Amino acid sequence: MTQTQTSTHSNTVPKDNREKMLERAMSRYNYSGDALIEVLHTAQELYGYLTPELLSTIARKLKLPPSRVLGVTTFYHFFSLTPKGEHSFIVCTGTACYVKGAQALLDKLTHRCRCKPGATSADGKISVAAARCIGSCSLAPAVIYDGKILARVTPEQLDAELDRIGVQ
Amino acid sequence: MTIEELEQLRIHEQARQQNLKNRIYCCSAAGCLSSGGHQVRQAIAEEIKAQGLEGEIEVCGTGCLGLCSRGPLVRSGKDDRLYGGLTPGDAAALVRSGPDAELKLDAKRMDTSAPFFSKQLKIVLANSGKVDPERIQDYIAAGGYQSLAKALTEMTPQEVIEEIKRSGLRGRGGAGYSTGIKWELVARQPVSPKYVVCNADEGDPGAFMDRSVLEGDPHRVLEGMALAGYALGAQQGYIYVRGEYALAIQRIQTAIKQAEREHLLGNRILETGFQFRIDVRIGAGAFVCGEETALIASIEGQRGQPKQRPPYPSESGLWNKPTLINNVETFANVPAIIERGADWFASIGTESSKGTKVFALAGRVRNTGLIEVPMGTPLRTILFDIGGGVPEGSEFKAAQTGGPSGGCIPAQHLDTPVDYESLQKIGSIMGSGGLIVMDSTSCMVDVARFFMEFCMDESCGKCIPCRAGTVQMHEILERITKGQASLDDVDMLEQLAALLKEASLCGLGQTAPNPVLSTLQYFREEYEAHIKERRCPAGRCHIATAEEEVRR
Repeated sequence: MTQTQTSTHSNTVPKDNREKMLERAMSRYNYSGDALIEVLHTAQELYGYLTPELLSTIARKLKLPPSRVLGVTTFYHFFSLTPKGEHSFIVCTGTACYVKGAQALLDKLTHRCRCKPGATSADGKISVAAARCIGSCSLAPAVIYDGKILARVTPEQLDAELDRIGVQ
Repeated sequence: MTIEELEQLRIHEQARQQNLKNRIYCCSAAGCLSSGGHQVRQAIAEEIKAQGLEGEIEVCGTGCLGLCSRGPLVRSGKDDRLYGGLTPGDAAALVRSGPDAELKLDAKRMDTSAPFFSKQLKIVLANSGKVDPERIQDYIAAGGYQSLAKALTEMTPQEVIEEIKRSGLRGRGGAGYSTGIKWELVARQPVSPKYVVCNADEGDPGAFMDRSVLEGDPHRVLEGMALAGYALGAQQGYIYVRGEYALAIQRIQTAIKQAEREHLLGNRILETGFQFRIDVRIGAGAFVCGEETALIASIEGQRGQPKQRPPYPSESGLWNKPTLINNVETFANVPAIIERGADWFASIGTESSKGTKVFALAGRVRNTGLIEVPMGTPLRTILFDIGGGVPEGSEFKAAQTGGPSGGCIPAQHLDTPVDYESLQKIGSIMGSGGLIVMDSTSCMVDVARFFMEFCMDESCGKCIPCRAGTVQMHEILERITKGQASLDDVDMLEQLAALLKEASLCGLGQTAPNPVLSTLQYFREEYEAHIKERRCPAGRCHIATAEEEVRR
């Protein structure tokens, strides 16, 4: 499955506050199981990705079976169970971008970073993902690089950027 | 806020804007922002400060100005001029007036009498480029929330439903079901509470209409939902927005807060007995959640898997209560219908398709962007007059509508009027409004493979025809694009297509074969070239030569 996250959340929140903020999010929804997706969004925003410990905490507090929490987490592309790389490239593979050559961009990234779309390079430096249309079709082909949209991208441009950040 | 206060606020804000020497509207939709629109706006703001013109000249953000390919775009309010391709260096000339400044900007001024602008008719996008989406005062000054005031004071809920029914408005999400009848079905249910849900899970690749409406004019959608709430007797609404649309989420949340503060949402709306709350629910990246029963499951915090219908959501939807689900664009049409009347709306469009349709024009076309045209406009007008045709040196091949549920329309059908029935007749669908142009560089088999891959990845896995069928169809298409298929495979494709259409549980599986069927109908020779001659006419697919095969 490919990932469709368009913004990279940095861990700017101090560590001890994160627990409190997650707790506050859950209490805002009265610890209701209906709010599972909202709570998962908040948890991923705070921690960057969802660890097994986080998921079991959420399951306990919302009084849901852990299987249901894991089931929902893995159903939606947005939620990630693995840490993100230092930098992230998300290639839009919507129709307009596809028609204008998104595949070549994805090939370039997966080749140079030696990882599949949806994964992170072995050194933890780069995450590569393919997105289902980010709705910026007039900028096709578009790539989201560390949360910023790059327009009309060419493989050469990606090469240059990868060189700059020191990818072999 | 009372209705009198709403009127006062409208007059006050209008006067305030008129007293300004100029108001500069910077497009703040995602397209222009990513081509440097934010820097241009900042430079203009600094220039106003530097020249000491605060209070006389104002700079503000606004919704999509349409011609995204020429961004960043800016509209000068005083003389209604539109400029494109701006840089921060142009700020001084934009703020200063006079012949020097005009001369300097002349090359970047856009001709608003060109077909791109003149052939459009804007109802849903009427405020795009004219109001600041982050200020409720702007929307009110443009006549916003007047329809809600009118309905609450002058109309019964039944009259609102009648008006929508008479207008002929049909669902803009793609299927085209009569909006008025849908409202009536929910209103008729004796159960309460009832819910109003706005489907903003715009998942079709190549479609960005809903995103633009939410980003550019969020209050219009809120007003439409509140009107539905009044008509149906519902007190709670939800907007289900794609998680990918960060800016749209932020704008709609701001708009809800503002409307609540002014008592245009919440308890005692406009000091009447009507109450209506709207909450935002953020999607988590599953295409199938655009299907209404899957969307409901997702709002309830479950996996977004569709359910068997009937019962339809109008009977048993969110938490098993009667639920109205309409698309963003459908709700955005409602305030205009209540304001100007059903007869006015019904006078636009064709016999069976009324009003306008917003399209996201993209792909191999000169003018990419967001457009709105009356229903019944021929495809040729949209693609060649408004879109400016394909880039020089290439040839038009097909227009794709309806995303992974739609089809490819070839050149011989360019004169088809765009309405629900006509598009269906030629093997495509209206869809939500993504319109992608393909030229001679696109391989139609590869396009079919692309969409099938999409459906395969996005299938929720609940029903077998869709879960297994999309995999099989994708596998065959992949073999064709590699030159490893036989003509029997095409027969198998057709059989599988019929099976998916008949036996799938929800719209995703039922419509997944459409891109394959329409490309087979109009571009069969491309399939045959891949199979019989082992060559890709567009030169896009990598077909191994006989020697390479042997070496392997």
